[in-house]
Amino acid sequence: MKHLRLLVIISLVLLPALSQAADTGYGYPFTTPFKATILQTPPDLKPELPKDIPSKRIALEVIPGLKIPEVFFYNNGVRLTYVFQKEKAPLVFLISGTGGDDSAPRMQTMMKALYQAGYHVVILPSPTHPNFVEAASHSHVPGDPTEDAADLYWVMENFWNKFKDDIEVSDFYLSGFSLGATQSAFVAKLDEERMTFKFKKVLMINPAVNLYTSVSQIEGLLDKIPGGRPNIGRFFNGMLAKVAEFYHRGEFVAFNEEFMFKLAQSGTITPDEAGGLIGVAFRLASAGMIFSADVMNGGGYVVPKNKQLTSTDSLTDYFRVCGHLSFLDYFNEYFLPYIQKKRPGLTKEALIDSMGLKGIEGYLKSNNKFGVMTNENDFILTAADLDYLRQLFGDRAKIYPVGGHGGNFEYKDNMAYALGFFK
Amino acid sequence: MPATIRRVLIALALALSLSGCATTTLPPEQPPMHTVDEIKDERVNIYEDPWEGFNHNLYNFNYYFDKYFFLPVVSGYEFVTPNIVQTGVSNFFANIVELRNFTNSVFQLNGTKSATTLGRFLTNSTIGIGGLFDVATPMGLTPYKEDFGQTLGYWGSGAGPYLVLPILGPSNVRDTTGFLVDAGIRYGVSLAIDLPHHMDKDTANAIEIGLQTLEAIDKRHNEKFRYFGSQYPFEYDMIRFFYNKKRDFEIMN
Repeated sequence: MKHLRLLVIISLVLLPALSQAADTGYGYPFTTPFKATILQTPPDLKPELPKDIPSKRIALEVIPGLKIPEVFFYNNGVRLTYVFQKEKAPLVFLISGTGGDDSAPRMQTMMKALYQAGYHVVILPSPTHPNFVEAASHSHVPGDPTEDAADLYWVMENFWNKFKDDIEVSDFYLSGFSLGATQSAFVAKLDEERMTFKFKKVLMINPAVNLYTSVSQIEGLLDKIPGGRPNIGRFFNGMLAKVAEFYHRGEFVAFNEEFMFKLAQSGTITPDEAGGLIGVAFRLASAGMIFSADVMNGGGYVVPKNKQLTSTDSLTDYFRVCGHLSFLDYFNEYFLPYIQKKRPGLTKEALIDSMGLKGIEGYLKSNNKFGVMTNENDFILTAADLDYLRQLFGDRAKIYPVGGHGGNFEYKDNMAYALGFFK
Repeated sequence: MPATIRRVLIALALALSLSGCATTTLPPEQPPMHTVDEIKDERVNIYEDPWEGFNHNLYNFNYYFDKYFFLPVVSGYEFVTPNIVQTGVSNFFANIVELRNFTNSVFQLNGTKSATTLGRFLTNSTIGIGGLFDVATPMGLTPYKEDFGQTLGYWGSGAGPYLVLPILGPSNVRDTTGFLVDAGIRYGVSLAIDLPHHMDKDTANAIEIGLQTLEAIDKRHNEKFRYFGSQYPFEYDMIRFFYNKKRDFEIMN
């Protein structure tokens, strides 16, 4: 009788846990996409990595004769972070996601994991990052995956020419996150012609299947805020007030990770609001890109044409204007006319189709050097996009059940999968 | 040292006077497709910045000061001193700052914080060997950061206009006032503590200057912020916002 009771208790305690584990077999804790994307991975669920590695940063001048306007006086070249092994080793190039540079936390974590596993590692900024738009983009108009890939490849070649006598490299690998993942496919394709690196394997992490579709998905998150897209300022102020109120009531000592997790658990912020905050973060990234592109091309879009901005001019009004423009506005009003000038007769639809994996699917399908790692609930992908990835890459597509957009990037299982892929 | 200070002041004067010098003849400006007039939304950056031109100059000056002087000095310091010494130095100065945390906890009539900060100072000064080791935190005495800017905020003072201070960086009128008051209190306390009488005035001055220099280096060593480190065109605006927002939160607790 006593044993029976014990058995019942054990079953009651253990069964829910077991069935939960059987659900996914995957221990990443945040099951909703926005929460995962914002909170990412709790420190104790990341792999054990060295606190400091001997990484260095370099600013490369890759466009001879380029004149950087005074307002960007601090830009002295495209910035890369790299770390080398002492012995001969494979080298991995990593491309940051939208708005990210070579200090992007996800890329830094991956760099440490790869360095620990014996690789040379180099991080490149996203071609959407102002540093890259200004110093490494030949057109200074980011958005076309083929052109952006050519710029990225040029930076990689410049880097390699500088260091090829200092290190020994056995093979080259390539990886990227988000937009950087999509770009890595185009970089690999270009490499088949140029043959500088002969990439052995390419891992695309949370790629956009099509740039335009993914951007529309993210922009769509702002439709759920009160008043929609034109009211992001009011929405953001409201969020700040809510967070401040929660902070005030909770007697928190510092604005830190613990506070963030408690805030998320409290339900203070609704899923729609969390989505809206992701939309705002994306707007911050595109604002910098739009401003840099316009200044580098002489203005006319957000900066008066022929205006010479100085290093001490107030940019506050430009910031407001750029923050209220979406990537889609940029696409329709700036990017499309620019491309059509170069390729007359090109329709908007044809341009959109060329901005994704479909444009190079023949190359991708037959090629087993590619691998994909993404999530079932990554909101930059539509259901059709997910099906497409499964169909295009088959069992080379590792699709986790949860994780949002890159929320599980630094989760230990994911990092282990990424390392296993390159082995 | 005086030579260095003079060089810094000259650079500062140059940075301030050079603005608005370069004008060349250019084609006339034409209005862009989008301007701020079309926006009907609320403003996010609600902190006033009437001296923005002056602040921008100082922001840029701090960038150059860091680049050509401060950060190389800090790197040299990090290179020659073992990590354990660096931690000891940081602890030592943090322990002196504990007096500021204590006085301001008292000014804000906060019993818990006053007791804790005083407890931390006494513990670390004695068991922690003059503050070189932080033994108070593992003992459960939570560190609190309180300064006179927060005290002014606690008693209802607004932030006032944004200010970028030379070398010290982002601030506002309230926090700059607070900084001066805290410095005054500290000076008063240091006068009250008698120096050993065999020490002559010059030696005492040299020690004082040495300590202040080391403290400044230690502070920069612990501060990860780099001017224009983000390479984001609107970094100045973002920093103005984050600085003031952070202070709002610090005043709240």
